[in-house]
Amino acid sequence: MTLAPGKKKEKLDRLAELSAVRDDEQGVSLWREAMRRLRRNPSAIVGAAILVLFVLVAVVGPFFVPYDPVDQSGIREGVIKPGSIPGSSAEHWLGYDHQGRDEFSRLIVGARQTLIVGIVSTLIGLTIGVLIGGVAGAAAGLGGRWGRLVDSVLMRIVDMLLSLPSLLLAVSVAALLGPSLVTVMIAVGVVSVPIFARLLRGSMIAQANRDYVLAASSLGVRKSKIAISHIVPNSLAPVIVQATLTLATAIIEVAALSFLGLGNPDSTQPEWGLMLADAQIYLDVRPGLAIYPAVGIIVTALGFTLLGEAMREALDPKLRR
Amino acid sequence: MALLDVQDLSVTFSRRGQRTVRAVDGVSFSVDAGEVVGLVGESGCGKSVTSLALMGLLPRQRGVQVGGSARFDGTDLLKLDLRSMRDVRGRDVAMIFQDPLSSLNPVVPIGLQVTEVLVRHRDMSGEAARKEAAELLDRVGIPDPRRRLKEYPHQLSGGMRQRALIAMAVACRPRLLIADEPTTALDVTIQAQILELLKELVRDSGTALIMITHDLGVVAGMCDTINVLYAGRVVETARRKELFAGRRHPYTVGLLRSIPRLDAGRGEKLTPIRGSVRDVLPWTEGCAFAPRCDRRVDACVGAPPEMTPTHTGHEFRCVNPFPLTQPEEARV
Repeated sequence: MTLAPGKKKEKLDRLAELSAVRDDEQGVSLWREAMRRLRRNPSAIVGAAILVLFVLVAVVGPFFVPYDPVDQSGIREGVIKPGSIPGSSAEHWLGYDHQGRDEFSRLIVGARQTLIVGIVSTLIGLTIGVLIGGVAGAAAGLGGRWGRLVDSVLMRIVDMLLSLPSLLLAVSVAALLGPSLVTVMIAVGVVSVPIFARLLRGSMIAQANRDYVLAASSLGVRKSKIAISHIVPNSLAPVIVQATLTLATAIIEVAALSFLGLGNPDSTQPEWGLMLADAQIYLDVRPGLAIYPAVGIIVTALGFTLLGEAMREALDPKLRR
Repeated sequence: MALLDVQDLSVTFSRRGQRTVRAVDGVSFSVDAGEVVGLVGESGCGKSVTSLALMGLLPRQRGVQVGGSARFDGTDLLKLDLRSMRDVRGRDVAMIFQDPLSSLNPVVPIGLQVTEVLVRHRDMSGEAARKEAAELLDRVGIPDPRRRLKEYPHQLSGGMRQRALIAMAVACRPRLLIADEPTTALDVTIQAQILELLKELVRDSGTALIMITHDLGVVAGMCDTINVLYAGRVVETARRKELFAGRRHPYTVGLLRSIPRLDAGRGEKLTPIRGSVRDVLPWTEGCAFAPRCDRRVDACVGAPPEMTPTHTGHEFRCVNPFPLTQPEEARV
């Protein structure tokens, strides 16, 4: 140990370099690492495959449908008779619906509607929920006494929303705003607001007590900066998982609203929930008309749920390494 | 005049339905520019609370009372409002924490966390801030700083993380650095490196350093002045050499006796201090260390012991201290 100080330091540095855990893999951030774990999870693969298929169908499918989804060719040609709706054939793969339109084409065009409404309504819920939850979380975690007051007020509003059953809430909003496609999106979005708000607030409050927040304030970083660039990025993981899961419920809720007659007033436009509702009268004649859209809804919701659950696992810090 | 003059600092935590806790109970010490001052004591003696109080980082809510004064360059840190305190933090006084992993934000690259301070206090932005950040990382001995800037805390080793935290703390060349057990979470070889780095920084920049630790080895290696804390009060304060050569307080002696020595005989047992930190007497009723003290006399209980000054500046709070003339008895 009689090395010169400079030499000694060099030697120690070299030792440290050797003993340090080197992560030569390209997994850099938390997100990339989560992605790596997602790829190893079979249910994530299945979920993602379903979703890719669904999105593909919804986006490009409508350009390749064999028939116009609103053309009542079956009635014109007189194939539709009371008590008899023709099933699958070589020309019409899934047969006609009750108004003589091609079921297959309607199913594919309906996928687009379902996807758009699902995504937009989830985004509405996510945006409002994250805003409310973010403000409440930051106020509760960093704001002192006034912050806790702001948090209380916001959270009581959210609690009121949360106390109403989700479908009832959606129905009330849809009824209040009058039936339109936008109404459906808002109604379904509002239902998920309290979930996102509560989730983000809770995880922000938990993060506000962490050491790195103390360390950042010890360097004089402003509270607003701490909230936005330190606490929020650490709190978003559960919210993103929830968004995936909410997409599944949103699709089901949109279908439910259409089923109840509160959906898109233009009932000629295909939409899975509406198709399901229309089919119920003809269950004894052609049960297939109910089964196809129902399978579409279930499989899509399953895809989102599988992926969402897998993401929850991948992003869970307790399961990491 | 001292750079930092802490007088009678006290912190009490009270919660409804529970006994009030005096975590820091009248701590006084001072730090000169460029001086390294150690605050030593076992867990729960008020070391960390002292540092948080100085930084104004204790939660500002009912139930947390901070008393006394801490004059930094003439201004009382404890009386500053939030806004001015935030300007002081990071620019004039900065802190290094115990656990480098949890003190770094796991989802933000190191570079952003270092530049944040520069943006906040030195009005730097963009490329200039990145360049300065790389220089800072280089200065604290992180190889390949440009690449490290883009990396996340979990990709760095423990020692590197602590170096990055030190880089953040010294980014604005603060005049006072508070290091709260900076080496506790690191293994021994890295500890030595980090202490070496801190010593270097203090020597080169003239920054004063408050070293908070329970490790007397750390203190012996780098502090100019040492304050030994017990149950929220300073029980002994002295220049380093004087403390190790002529410790007077039984608690300090006990701390030193419980450290293994290279020159101890084979199989020789360490002498622990009896009891635990919870066996304290409130300072108002006598010496808090009395229940665990081997040199307890009747005078220990009844009135709080005062600091006994000596002509060398060595002070101790004990009515029956180890005598200076009998080094054999105080030998450890």
